[in-house]
Formats: sequence, structure tokens, C-alpha cells
Amino acid sequence: MYRYDAYDHAILRQRVAQYRDQVRRWKTGELSDDEFRPLRLQNGLYIQRHAPMFRIAVPYGLLSSTQLRKLAEVARDYDRGYGHFTTRHNLQLNWPKVEDTPDILEKLADVEMHAIQTSGNCVRNVTTSHFAGIDPDEIADPRPFAELLREWSTFQPEFAFLPRKFKIAVSGSTRDRAVTLAHDIGLNIKKNAAGEIGFEVLVGGGLGRTPILAKVIEEFLPWQHLLTFVEAILRVYNSYGRRDNPYKARIKILVHALGAEQFRKEVLEEWANLKDGPSTVGTEELERIARHFTAPDYAALPARDERVDALKASNPAFARWVARNVHPHKQPGYAAVTISLKDPRQPPGDCTSEQMEAVADLADQFSFGELRVSHEQNLVLPDVPVSALPDVWEAAKAKGLSTPTVGLLTDLICCPGGDYCSLANAKSIPIAAAIQERFADLDYLFDIGDLDLNISGCMNACGHHHVGHIGILGVDKNGEEWYQVTLGGHTDGVKGRETALGKVIGPSFSAAEVPEVVETLVRTYVAQRHDDERFLDTFERLGLAPFKEAVYAGRRPAALNTSAARESTHA
Amino acid sequence: MPDLIRRPQIIRSTPAPAIVADDFARLVLTVSTDAPESSESAATVTLPSVADAPNLIVPLAVWQARRDELLARLTQGGKLGVSLAPGEEAEQLAGDFAHLALIAVEFPKFVDGRGYTSATLLRRLGWTGEIRAVGDVLRDQFFLMRRCGIDAFALKEGKDLNDALKAFDDFSFTYAGAVDDPRPLFRRVQRGGASLDAGQSS
Repeated sequence: MYRYDAYDHAILRQRVAQYRDQVRRWKTGELSDDEFRPLRLQNGLYIQRHAPMFRIAVPYGLLSSTQLRKLAEVARDYDRGYGHFTTRHNLQLNWPKVEDTPDILEKLADVEMHAIQTSGNCVRNVTTSHFAGIDPDEIADPRPFAELLREWSTFQPEFAFLPRKFKIAVSGSTRDRAVTLAHDIGLNIKKNAAGEIGFEVLVGGGLGRTPILAKVIEEFLPWQHLLTFVEAILRVYNSYGRRDNPYKARIKILVHALGAEQFRKEVLEEWANLKDGPSTVGTEELERIARHFTAPDYAALPARDERVDALKASNPAFARWVARNVHPHKQPGYAAVTISLKDPRQPPGDCTSEQMEAVADLADQFSFGELRVSHEQNLVLPDVPVSALPDVWEAAKAKGLSTPTVGLLTDLICCPGGDYCSLANAKSIPIAAAIQERFADLDYLFDIGDLDLNISGCMNACGHHHVGHIGILGVDKNGEEWYQVTLGGHTDGVKGRETALGKVIGPSFSAAEVPEVVETLVRTYVAQRHDDERFLDTFERLGLAPFKEAVYAGRRPAALNTSAARESTHA
Repeated sequence: MPDLIRRPQIIRSTPAPAIVADDFARLVLTVSTDAPESSESAATVTLPSVADAPNLIVPLAVWQARRDELLARLTQGGKLGVSLAPGEEAEQLAGDFAHLALIAVEFPKFVDGRGYTSATLLRRLGWTGEIRAVGDVLRDQFFLMRRCGIDAFALKEGKDLNDALKAFDDFSFTYAGAVDDPRPLFRRVQRGGASLDAGQSS
């Protein structure tokens, strides 16, 4: 993984000093609350419902065991002994003291970590696939490009005060595990006929209040031009993006208003001034960065392991875990393992300090000391020898980290919701827990098969409800919490890179009704499915109608919360 | 009456950061949101006399509406500056550089970042004179502003100029290229195990 050189270290230390002084000036009144707000946000600090919320960057989801141990330490010493991994790979602490945040950053800097631009109206943490570099499907490793963008965007002086937040995702494989279509800029690595690497550039995607999928504005951008082209996009956005209304300030609104073609023209016109300029990436710089992402020292291992095969045959629990939590790897004899953070006893994505330390130990023992954070809010051990799978399973099991449900209904994505987040309209964690409880039977869960269920506590869509096969959105109606259900959203679809937004099924439901609604949807699928059809396939074949009928059949009209449905922005 | 903003002192970052006397007055049109009809217009606003305010910064709209009148001040020993509000394009001033002593970039709210792009584009258009940040200007933005070609800072009222001077030292190194040095870090220094002595020109 990328290791800091003296320049990275110097920049990070100076950032901590700058922020420490900003906190000091805020405490003494030299900076007002309003003045401090954007400054603290750009250092990851929110003021939230119960306490500050501190969002620590995990650039493109890559962590070393040393870093994870430090996160465990920070969570224990400055918080309540746990943290929350988010859909953007970050780790959030929910109860730190503002006064402690400079010290936390100081400690994080020791292990090359920070909270730079994890919030605020600037370029945020760049994301990518959690299987980057190991995916058998991969066209090229996206991580060097993500690192190039990390460096470029860190304190990029012109774009620190954009109209709104700005998110970039890079995907290097034929499958889209980075949800590039739902980003302000999505970069999909391609190879041209000559075998050269470039990017399909997508702009203006995003979920939230107005979900829009990104539009392709460049079919093939040679990698050398990555930074200048991104700069051109940002400059057009900074100049013309709306600032009068925060809900219309994202680049997706600008692209939509201008039309993708006109937006593209503006970008190309600006790019003409930058193309081939000093920010053009040279081979030397790409190679410098790429050297940090070379494959670890793999052993020559047989693809199969007899002990593992025998255990799979004799132990159904292990077999289940292998079936769901173990993923193919381009290196024979190795596998990637998802360490599930979806044990129903903990909120999705939450991880205690003790668990973090246990996973760090596993990474050291079995995965070259490296880990990934997935946007599905799990951890991944990327390079595990197949022969070690039983050991990893036993160790994970002992810590409540072996829930064998990856890609199944209860491996749900869920934002912190009304329990923590001051933006939320409704709670999401209890909804997740109720669904996990309803579908606790593993045989049933395995029979249902692949199903993405995503829950957001408000229309900011941190839980990516729009792209869940089943999406659940908390809505507020006259101070009451209601839940709107969407169907058919997906990322990384059947055919590879494709994303679709879910359709609202109808009027929303009370919290108590949600598990039954989900169960009805699932029963409808099970009754109607053809062989090997996933939930999503059946939905695409049949459409909304049979699901809607099943869910609303027999419901009294008075129970329907129609106005909440009208609040939908999915139309 | 228009507001005439006079500051005793501003900060200049060239040749080295220092507090200097401000010999300009900045004219701001009075806008009344309650009674739009009583808002001042660029065409009719009363300009201060050259004797009262020899060096005057006017909004772009006033410059465009009162060009001849303003140019006449130059012959009376006055100096002129024009201020660009967010959303006003730097290109609109490209033909006027010869008449101007400075260009001000307005930050009505410090979180509105359009001024950074305006300054960047003014430099690209060839403006080599002073670019002054005016409005809601905090020391916490100095470092970024200077990188975008802003070299004078009319600090927000009530803030300590001496304290603000320290802000230029916040960072010794930067990743991206910008106006101050268009080369990204990887073109300025040998990276990867290199010591910091290789240095960065700034």
C-alpha cells in the first residue's frame, strides 16, 4: 500500500498544527462558530445529535494492520471503544470531544492517517473497489490513480470551497464495485485497441434527494491526462455550479441543467488550456506511485486445499461462510475474505476496538498485514492463502466477525440514522436489526440468495437506498417516522458495470410494518422465481406490479401514508 | 449614498508578507432587498471626487457603465481598481488591464469559493498587477488564496492583522500545481525516499 515519503509526512504534520491552532482560536473566540464550521468539517469534525462526530479518512479503503490498531486505540482512548465504517470507507467516531480532535489527528498522523477533507464542500476521500489489485476481473489496478487523485485533491487551493461536496470513484474492473455511476466523477478504467490504459469519464451522478446517474462525457481519456481533465471539470463546476440552494448545488444539477453535451463542451474548452501542461502525469510519477501497489510476496500454492475441502464437506457452517464470505483471487491458492460487520448484535458497520485488533492480527497472520474497507461496510482480508481459511474462520467466529451473509439480505447497508445523525428523519439501525432478526434463519437466507437491502434514515441517502434491490428510506411525516420502499435499484448489475435507481413501490410504512413488508416481497419473489433467478432478475422480469399487489393486499387505505409517498423524489 | 470602504491597512504577500497602508477606497453599491427601487444602480451612483478618494475600486458593473468618467480620473492623478463579484467572469476585464492598478476579488462569504477560480483565471489572462481579496477574508484562507494568485488581502474587519500574517507559513509543501507554481510536487522534487532538502521553489 502507499507509504508516505518525507513530503507527505511534512504536509500532514503541518495540517495537524494548522487545525490545532484553529481549534484554539475557536475556543478563545477569535473564530466564530460560523467561521470554524467549514474549517472543522474539512478536518472531519461534525457537531452531531449527541456529540461531535469525527470522520477519519481511509483513502480508497486501504488499511494496514498498524493503522487499524491505531484506529482501535483512538476509539478506545477517545471514544466508547468502537467505530463505524461507512459506505465511503471512512471510520466514524460518534462520541469524541472537540478538544481532543487535534490530539487524535496527531496520533493518526503517526500511522499516515488523517481526517482531511472527509467532509465539507471540497473533494472528498476518493473511493475504489475493495478487490482492487486482486480481482480476477481487473483491467488495471485503480489504486495508483486513486492515490494520484488523493494527492492532487489534498489542499488543492482552488477547490476547497466548492458549491457542495465532491466525490470521485475509480473502478478498474469490468464489475462496478465502486458505484461509479453515483459519483460526481466516476472513472472507469478501460484499455483501448492498442492496449493502452485510459478512463471512461462519467460526471454528475449522485444519490441523495435528487438521485441521478452519471453521464459519460469522455469515452477514453488517456491516463496521462487524468489530473488536468479533472481540474477542468472542477473549474467549470466551481464557476457555474449553483450556490443559491444547497439541494441544487451538486454537479449533477449543473450537468442536468446544461445537458451532458453542453457540459462536456465547457469542460473540453477549459481543458484545452490545461492539456499537456505541467499537471500531465508522467510515466515516472505513475511508476513511483504504482510501486506502492505491487503484489505482495505470494507463495506458489495449489488452487485447492484438501483440508479446506474436507471441512467444507463436514461442517455446514464453514461451508456457508466460504460460500458467501470468500471471494476469488487472481493469484492461485489465495482468496479474499470478507470479515463481516453485520452481526445482528451490532449496528451494521460498527466494529469494537477489540474486534479491530483481532482483524489486524488476522491481517498480520494471514494477509500480508493489509486490509480493505468495503462500501458495503465490511472489512476485507485481501490476500489469504486458501489453506488458512479454516483458521481465519475460527478466529473471526470467536470475535463475532464470521456472519456468513455477504451479499445476502441481512448483509445490509445502513446509515447511522436518527440514533446518531442530526440530519436523519428516521431511525435506521432498529429497522436493520428488526430485518436481521426476521431473517435470522440461515437456510432461508441462503435460499433467498443474492439480495442487496439498503437503508437510509433520510434522503441524503448515506445508506444508498436508491441502489438497493430493496431500498428503505426513512421519511418524516408530521413528526412521525415512516419508511418508503423502493425496488429494483442495483449497482454492479448482472451485466457488469451498470447501475439503476429503485422505483418507489407505493405509500410508506410504519417501522413496525417494515419487516413484514420485506418478508412479503421476498415471499413473492420465492413464489415467482425461475431457476437460478436472483431477486433482482425476477423483479426485472415481472416489474413492480406483483410485489406491490402482495404488499398492499388487504391493507386498509387509512393505514396508507400517502403524503409521505408524495415526498418521494424518485419520480 | 454608496458605501465607501476604507481600510487603514491590508496585508500584501509580495515581496514578503507584510502589513501595508491601504491607499484605496472601495465603492460598494447599496442594495436594499426590502425596497429594490431604492437600490443604487451602476449607472446613477454618485462617485466620490478624486480629491476625496483618489484611488478607487469600483464594481465591475460600475466600471462598465461609467467607463469614460472613471478613465478621466486617471488623468487627474487617480488610480483605479475593479472588483469582481462571484459569478462575474474574469474574461470581462481582459481588455482593460492597462487602465487598472489592481483587481479585487470579492468574497461576500468566505465559503463561496468562486473567487479562487476568478483569481486563477485573471493570472492566466495575463494580469500581473495586484489581486486583492476583499470581503469576508479570513487568515485561514490566505494560504489557498495566495496559491491562486491573490497577493493582497483586505482582512475581515475585527481580525488581527499581525496574527493573520502567520498564516502564510501554514504549509511548506503542496501537492497540486497552482498559480504560484504550476508544477505539481512530483515535477518540483524527486520523490520517494528523497529528503526535503530538494526543496520547493516558493
